[in-house]
Amino acid sequence: MSDNTMTAVVNDNDQKAPLEFLVKGDHHPQNGTLLGFWIYLMSDCLIFACLFATYGVLGRSYAGGPTGMELFDLNLIAINTSLLLVSSITYGFAMLQMQANRVKGTMLWLAVTGLLGAGFLGLELYEFHHLIHVGAGPQTSGFWTAFFALVGTHGLHVFFGIVWLVTLLFQLKKHGLIAENRRRVFCLSMFWHFLDVVWVGVFTYVYLMGVLP
Amino acid sequence: MSEHTHEHDHHDDDIPHVSLKEYATGFVLAVILTVIPFWLVMGNVFESSATTVMVILAFALVQIVVHMVYFLHMNFHSEGGWNMLALIFTLILVFITLAGSLWVMYNLNVNMMPGMME
Repeated sequence: MSDNTMTAVVNDNDQKAPLEFLVKGDHHPQNGTLLGFWIYLMSDCLIFACLFATYGVLGRSYAGGPTGMELFDLNLIAINTSLLLVSSITYGFAMLQMQANRVKGTMLWLAVTGLLGAGFLGLELYEFHHLIHVGAGPQTSGFWTAFFALVGTHGLHVFFGIVWLVTLLFQLKKHGLIAENRRRVFCLSMFWHFLDVVWVGVFTYVYLMGVLP
Repeated sequence: MSEHTHEHDHHDDDIPHVSLKEYATGFVLAVILTVIPFWLVMGNVFESSATTVMVILAFALVQIVVHMVYFLHMNFHSEGGWNMLALIFTLILVFITLAGSLWVMYNLNVNMMPGMME
């Protein structure tokens, strides 16, 4: 895009073109939604950075209570991680279907993605319930507070992603693949893949490093 | 130029073109980069925890880049480079937040509350 601008400027200078007061041609995105949404994601990234920093600082403050090493179940986390990973490629399939202008296929793959996300959320809630049940609630120690804040915030994001996804399914059903809906599907794809990126940090930093002696 | 504007009529947005190859490559890489760290930790492959931590952190960093490139379609010219600029700015802030917090709090623990350290 900047190339186009460059040539336009050069042309204006070199040849004695008539004076222009308006920029001709369309060098800018027609709307800034994608950039704006990206900046939102970056600000979200900062929230997670703070939560990761908190977890890093309080990572060994067990206050005599249970530790992550004793209670984390890596098998459960492995299943959860694979659910989220598979959901990112099913979202990719939805994007490909949208590109091919197939509204049914888009909705189908979006629904599959949503179900995988719901499965992830279900397992996470089961894990939280289990942890609280065995006496490792958010009030137990600084470590568990930081753990629930970080992992819970990620889970909340997934929850709102699913709410958005269901809303989008209704909008797609009603209006089809209009420009607005394409934009929404793409923004949700960025949101969804961004959550996957955060989860990479969570399973590495919290769970895998948490069970190491 | 006219071709450019014409395309806009059809797609009226700047949604990047995606391809099956891109998603498949990203997915395969992501699976490999996820399975290896889990195997390293669950199979107790390395004797020392420090080695394992270094290796799995390196895998996580690579996997984050893979997700960025293949799933989030990051490159240097999307949205005229502003995406990348925002990302770099954010990464600097993330680094300051993480490294600064850990460093400062570690020093506080060591120097001011010796009883807190096991």
